[in-house]
Amino acid sequence: MTVAAPSGTRLRGTPRRRRNEGLVRTLLLLASILSVLVSAGIVVSLIFEAAQFVMSIELPQLFADGWFPRRGQFSIPTVLVGSVLVTVIAMLVAAPVGLASAIYLAEYATPRVRKTVKPILEILAGIPSVVLGFFALTLINPVVVRGLFPDAKASTILAAGIGVGLLTIPLVASVSEDAMRAVPQALREASYGLGARRLTTSLRVVVPAAISGIVAALILAASRAVGETMVVALAAGATAGSLFTVDPLGPGQTLTGAMASLAAGSDQVTGDSAAFLSLFFLGFLLFVITFGLNLIGDIFVRRARQRY
Amino acid sequence: MSAHSVTAGAVSRSLEGKRVDIAGYVFTGILLASLLFTLALLAILVGDQLQRGLPVLTERGTEFVTSPLSSRPDRAGVMQGIVGSAALAVIVSILAFPVGILTAVYLEEYAPANRLTRFIDVNIRNLAGVPSVVYGLLGLAMFVSLFQVLGVGNGRNLLSGGLTLAVLILPLVIITSAEAIRAVPSTIREAGYGIGASRWQVVRTLILPSAAPGILTGTVLALSRALGETAPLILAGAVLGSFSTGGSLADLFGGPYTALPIIVFDWARKPQDEFRALTSAAILVLLAVTILANAIAIYLRSRFDRRW
Repeated sequence: MTVAAPSGTRLRGTPRRRRNEGLVRTLLLLASILSVLVSAGIVVSLIFEAAQFVMSIELPQLFADGWFPRRGQFSIPTVLVGSVLVTVIAMLVAAPVGLASAIYLAEYATPRVRKTVKPILEILAGIPSVVLGFFALTLINPVVVRGLFPDAKASTILAAGIGVGLLTIPLVASVSEDAMRAVPQALREASYGLGARRLTTSLRVVVPAAISGIVAALILAASRAVGETMVVALAAGATAGSLFTVDPLGPGQTLTGAMASLAAGSDQVTGDSAAFLSLFFLGFLLFVITFGLNLIGDIFVRRARQRY
Repeated sequence: MSAHSVTAGAVSRSLEGKRVDIAGYVFTGILLASLLFTLALLAILVGDQLQRGLPVLTERGTEFVTSPLSSRPDRAGVMQGIVGSAALAVIVSILAFPVGILTAVYLEEYAPANRLTRFIDVNIRNLAGVPSVVYGLLGLAMFVSLFQVLGVGNGRNLLSGGLTLAVLILPLVIITSAEAIRAVPSTIREAGYGIGASRWQVVRTLILPSAAPGILTGTVLALSRALGETAPLILAGAVLGSFSTGGSLADLFGGPYTALPIIVFDWARKPQDEFRALTSAAILVLLAVTILANAIAIYLRSRFDRRW
């Protein structure tokens, strides 16, 4: 006895069912396209207005003595060096503390400790940055920075950098912990089998095996630090502008800090003035820098995933 | 003594446990100290704000949360910030959650493995790494201008602020929802298709209910992030300083607006000492909201953590 082959039309379903399925698919595709439109919107608005800014000023203005938008001084080195200083200080805080916490959580902690600690880290990661900015201004600077360096100013790049660093500790810890936990158990067992102790196993076996993920964590944290705005806006102090400076014990201006004080300054951001347009130029620089860092970070993340 | 017996001696000594692993203890101590530092940080941060802000809250009681903004520290309250933040949360939820979840469904369940899909995927990952202040520029260049053209006040209103925050958290919603959907085992899908369900029926009746706890966790975390964001709102036109709002809905959505983190930033910049205490009181209100949201999300995740 032969079974009749189901006819093609019946397998494809009724016309109504096919129409509904097609509708849903189209709707979902449109939703996904929206995120592409958002990116396009960001790029277009940044490039368009940044180009207008560059055309509206003279080139020497970009290399003036400092960042004073109201006086027509748009010194790019000033804000770039400020951002680099804050990021380096932040990484000096976040990298050792975050990595050590990650090694403890991945290699030493009992499951119960891990289960208690990780939610606390997540809550720390969820603290709004404006709160950490106030913390950096009112506690880190007067107590920590001025305690160590009595002649530091009332608001300093150092305090802002430490604040940003504290903010990125949870990121460094969680991404690098994931990377270390992804290292196969067999590597650890082989190490213990050779008689290595826990210290040696952690530092010579697990960390090197997870190095791609750890590097990715540090790069993503640096990208986050460059883009962090509120801590710098509150704690670095140069609201009215800043001369070129490399002194972490005084106030300074960063890419993001300059944007915040432009937007929050008494000259409300309106019109087509060069000061207003400089916002978009700073945003464009920031976008390019963080995009580049994230791209490099992604390469390391992918390498970490492929390894095992 | 021969080399052999030296080695044997060392091995037997270490097996008998007579050698104390000093470096190991020191290393463990450093790791533990780093982790405890990170945890203590949260306690110090919250404790410091409690110490500064609690007197204001106990003295003024509910009057602090029901009073409008004022330039006089003894009268100033955060009512408008609470209203603004609540309204922003509603706008963000209505806009970002459906689009984000539908995008995740498309990417995980519908999207063919082609160039367009890969492009959308990479694009979303990149969007997640864009600093929040850059989203503020998008809001300023696109949404504020849009509402200006449409004649909704001067464009600097809750709608443009809400749109800005919605696109800011969209990638976060998509990524966490996609992860939750990916975690649903394929046997569930196959069971659905096996009894003749269409793709949308499988998604609606099997996938989404199974992934709901994970999606919910992601959306609550994203909402908490949106509630704590300051920089994008400053750029997208939230009002710094005090203002009065009319009672109607049109005034609320079309007029000047503020939010809790904006009030924190504004007060933190004021030179008067009285505002320091007020800032901490406002921070306590903000932290209560964001920490509560985070705790709910973490609880939901552990409560519905399902092993398939």
